[in-house]
Amino acid sequence: MPHDGHDDFTDPPSDIALRVKALESLLTEKGLVDPAALDAIIDTYETRVGPHCGAKVVARAWTDADFRLRLLEDGSAAIAEMGFVGRQGEHMVVVENTPDVHNLVVCTLCSCYPWPVLGLPPVWYKSAPYRSRAVSDPRGVLEEFGTTLDANVEVRVWDSTSEMRYLVLPMQPEGTEGFSARKLEPLISRNSMIGVEKVLPPGNTR
Amino acid sequence: MITPLPLQPHDDDGPVFQEPWEAQAFALSVELSRRGLFSWPEWTEAFSVEIKVAQAAGDPDLGDTYYEHWARALEKLIASKGGIDEAAVSERAEAWRRAYLNTPHGKPIDLSAGLNKPGSH
Repeated sequence: MPHDGHDDFTDPPSDIALRVKALESLLTEKGLVDPAALDAIIDTYETRVGPHCGAKVVARAWTDADFRLRLLEDGSAAIAEMGFVGRQGEHMVVVENTPDVHNLVVCTLCSCYPWPVLGLPPVWYKSAPYRSRAVSDPRGVLEEFGTTLDANVEVRVWDSTSEMRYLVLPMQPEGTEGFSARKLEPLISRNSMIGVEKVLPPGNTR
Repeated sequence: MITPLPLQPHDDDGPVFQEPWEAQAFALSVELSRRGLFSWPEWTEAFSVEIKVAQAAGDPDLGDTYYEHWARALEKLIASKGGIDEAAVSERAEAWRRAYLNTPHGKPIDLSAGLNKPGSH
């Protein structure tokens, strides 16, 4: 806590923070929200839900052929099978990267995102330049993330909606054949599941 | 002056919420849709409209104003669906501001400290 040089009052937060606080207290008084439920939501997204959940899904798909088939056929059901369900995970489509096809996920309207498996979206995903350029110049966007694709690779861009969320199943890196799911999970980055990066073999840093 | 809180979520690009109020606004939308004041598609519609309005007004929309759009959309949707209008929110926000100003540094902020205008008691 920084020392502000005064003891008899507390600096109020910004106007917008005060308005959100006002909403919360008015809604609580009307019985429309429960502060404990709000805390639980914040806590869930802070600590329990994040890209490590998506990484478990991907690592299992790499090591369990039956699961991989179920995942690509009905993403929602296969992901729910692993216990990852939530607000926006109800209609999940998993799109598979192959040597010929690279998938990239965006939400051009706002920032629809597969929260139950990836947590909250990063700032760049929410930015207008990403939202428009992922569609108009996907290869340029990929280059900026250090991802170069051969000219013959087809780039497919998936525009998320409030009803449909996409998760990229990246390609398993060379040299990791026979690895356990547990050993693969740390290699699988959030960005690789959005489709802006590839999964690199162990020991490679970006 | 933004002091990161111990529980504030981070990812490899930095904090996912830049300030606590962003997480509060986020949680309010999730909870209100869960309890049926509005549906999630209604929420995303209201939110994307708010983003377009901000862009049309010249906001470069680089992600840093994202939760400002979020909070404005939330306020409007609550006004239309929950019967809490802009004036009520402004009045309550002012009460909170007074509560901060009437509370010694380091003490918990209680709304009752802001319900009376300074000097009226």
